[in-house]
Amino acid sequence: MGIYERYQAKKAAAQPDETNLSRRNFIVASLSAAGGLAIGVSFTGIADAMQMSPQPWDKANTGAEINAWIVIDPDDTVTIRMARGEMGQGVFTALPMIVAEELACDWSKVKAEYASGNRNVVQNGVYQSMITGGSSSVRTSLTYLQQAGASARERLIHAAAAKWAVPATECRAENGAVIHDQSKRSLNYGALAAGAATVSLAEEPKIKTPDQYTLIGKPTARLDTKVKVNGQAIFGIDAKVPGMVYATVMTCPVPGGTVKSYDDKPVLALRGVTHVVPLGNKGVAVVADSFWRAKKAADALQVEWDYGAGAGTSSAQFNKEYRDALNGPAVNSKAEGDVAAAFKSGKLIEAVYEAPHLAHAAMEPLNCTAHVQPNRVDIWIGTQAADMAVKIAAQVSGVPVENVFVHNCYLGGGFGRRAVFDEMPQAIMISKIVGKPVKLIWTREEDMRHDRYRPQAAIRFKATLGADGMPVAIDARTAVGSISKSLGMSFGKTKEGLEPMATEGLDNMPYAIPNMNVDCILKNTHIPVMFWRSVGSSQNAFAVESFIDELAHEAGQDPYQFRRKMLAGRPDFIKVLDTLAEKSNWGQKMPAGKGRGMAIHEAFGTIVGEVVEVAVDAKGKVKCERVVVAVDCGHVVNPRTVEMQMESGVIYGLTAALFDEITVKNGIVEQGNFDSYPIVRMADAPKIETYLALSGGDKWGGIGEPGTPPIAPALCNAIFAATGQRIRQLPVRTIDLNGRAKA
Amino acid sequence: MIVMTVNGTRHEIDIEPDTPLLWVLRDEIGLTGTKYGCGIAQCGACTVHVDGLPIRSCSFPVSGADGTKITTIEGLSDDVSHPVQAAWIAEDVPQCGYCQSGQIMAAVAFLKENPTPTDADIDESITNICRCGTYPRLRAAIHRAAALMKA
Repeated sequence: MGIYERYQAKKAAAQPDETNLSRRNFIVASLSAAGGLAIGVSFTGIADAMQMSPQPWDKANTGAEINAWIVIDPDDTVTIRMARGEMGQGVFTALPMIVAEELACDWSKVKAEYASGNRNVVQNGVYQSMITGGSSSVRTSLTYLQQAGASARERLIHAAAAKWAVPATECRAENGAVIHDQSKRSLNYGALAAGAATVSLAEEPKIKTPDQYTLIGKPTARLDTKVKVNGQAIFGIDAKVPGMVYATVMTCPVPGGTVKSYDDKPVLALRGVTHVVPLGNKGVAVVADSFWRAKKAADALQVEWDYGAGAGTSSAQFNKEYRDALNGPAVNSKAEGDVAAAFKSGKLIEAVYEAPHLAHAAMEPLNCTAHVQPNRVDIWIGTQAADMAVKIAAQVSGVPVENVFVHNCYLGGGFGRRAVFDEMPQAIMISKIVGKPVKLIWTREEDMRHDRYRPQAAIRFKATLGADGMPVAIDARTAVGSISKSLGMSFGKTKEGLEPMATEGLDNMPYAIPNMNVDCILKNTHIPVMFWRSVGSSQNAFAVESFIDELAHEAGQDPYQFRRKMLAGRPDFIKVLDTLAEKSNWGQKMPAGKGRGMAIHEAFGTIVGEVVEVAVDAKGKVKCERVVVAVDCGHVVNPRTVEMQMESGVIYGLTAALFDEITVKNGIVEQGNFDSYPIVRMADAPKIETYLALSGGDKWGGIGEPGTPPIAPALCNAIFAATGQRIRQLPVRTIDLNGRAKA
Repeated sequence: MIVMTVNGTRHEIDIEPDTPLLWVLRDEIGLTGTKYGCGIAQCGACTVHVDGLPIRSCSFPVSGADGTKITTIEGLSDDVSHPVQAAWIAEDVPQCGYCQSGQIMAAVAFLKENPTPTDADIDESITNICRCGTYPRLRAAIHRAAALMKA
């Protein structure tokens, strides 16, 4: 039995199905996707989300595959395959809802499982994009998932019509059955699926418009909750493969450095330790019969490093270099009107904002289990890109893609970190040398010191105000790490020296200001940088929305009304702002030591406004007490997921705003664990209220990331209201607010 | 030889006594519901009950568990019927879910000590880290579980 079968068997044994007694274990014969007769065993269980898709995909399902997305078992269970990674953002529920909306199936019988990355590669993109990033899962797959559901429904209707020898037009589908009203006959999908799998439609059906939805838009419980409250959810780190050994790695403490030498003899004498494997010249892996033995051996292993070009560098130096870069040459990213001319009259207001490197610090440290055999590679990992994993694993192992199977697991947080593969090639290299399946786990310290961080940035704003107090010209300039350069890839670069991630949130400032200019300086250090929840918006929204607040105070205007005037042409923004003002009691006086701050930002197609209520005590301790969120993502698939993602985005951003920075000393990242990289906990968490302010139309915005950007500026604007102290450098805890609270 | 009872099953394990209980549960016994998050008792993802007390098992040597009864997330109930699990489901707490075994085990032990907690009690006693920021729902679920246990 493979891991999947053992898992299912264990689950079946542990979890007798009490919710539906008709779903007994059974053995059936049915058509496999390849067309042959396959014998399969189907187990029941209360779990609605299966995390490990069997590989290859065409062997394990008992039911009929109506199309690559949908399998229907004879017991009416509908398995919907998901091409995107479930990392907490709720795609394992939202995407099945989209399919089920058109399929007209019984939602209580829906299961979600991962689509096969291998199949997407060998079957020419049958699952389209499997990239989970840019808050894109719903908005980019909505149409083809609806189409897949509609097509399956029509084929089920045709299968029933053929059985009854009536015209398909006389039949309809509802709640998992096809019904012929005239003869009062009905058949469940389970009885029709095998027939439907062979139907080809002359014409694909039209998909519903939003006014026809019955499931989309309804608050729906997540399908993956039960397995996440009883320990059965399988994350990458939980993979079990017979004969598996364990490994951990040490790479050069200074990113980019190399191994000079090491002595593996003392370590190889330790109990359970079998191999010390070089990872090119970048590091060393220790292999043992348990993770703990591997880790202890790694701790004991003496390695001499060549720190390389990054040696001797420090954050103090980087901070100065980024600030100084603002005075050097830059590349223009956006120019409207004539900023230089406008700056000749009126008072020039100027501010520089600084944002540090940040770690992703997902709860599950990076890990990968690899089993490399001469003609086959199996990978167990939680990844944001299962098909890319197949291609990379094929490259690294030298095994053709057809024989590379990536078993995607639940992700214990991703936030961008699991969109690339630093751990997987290591696991493949180790398994190849050891000749066994290897579970590689990075320690928390390795995970934090060898992250690819949110880029450090210094962002300067200049503006002049007109006689009415409103901005006449605004000039923004960012000096920031290039993600493209760091990854050695190009992401939508329009001209040399620019990349969208660097200036997103600046280029698209929504405010109507007649003269606007955005300049960019891409500047990298040896510290690798990458996508971090909300990417460029995470630092740029902090600068824009802090500066707008500064301008409002300079103009003697209310920050809400000030923004409102500049957004007169954007009814979607106005609706979010007004909702925010109403629900937050904006304008109502706050007690001494407390303040209210606002920010609004559009990212990934969604506008999010947030108002923070903060308390600053006499000693300067900051407590974010309440956050009111208003969101316009156009339409909503699952309102409950939207609420959860707003809460999540707020708290992720709050951790960064209040507490965190990755700092460098002698080239080495100083923070290694949650003691030096503190995380918001229960006592620090605010009350959060989320309100939908939807604009509808054709807009479907993302929800995984847009909640994050407004929190830092809203918090800092609230601190200004409470103390009169501007925060222009994050995190807040590095700023001394002792005795600053207003009486 | 370490002898301990885990979720009602007796285990005899030949292992170095300084091995953290977490890795014995995960790698030796095969109970992977208990998670590794930090290894220094900071995050609580590894929380289990040792003789009823909540322990951060990543920093608890297995020698300390000799002769004890241990409950992990897998041993809480057979059918997610424990009031804390039921409350977690009702409030839709988990997102990525990785920290939730530890959160649940911490909450179960906490509610045994304090069956009618206030928000301030929860702030003080529930210190596990969640990177998805499920705290508002965790708080609501703890209150709900308290009510369920009283009923």
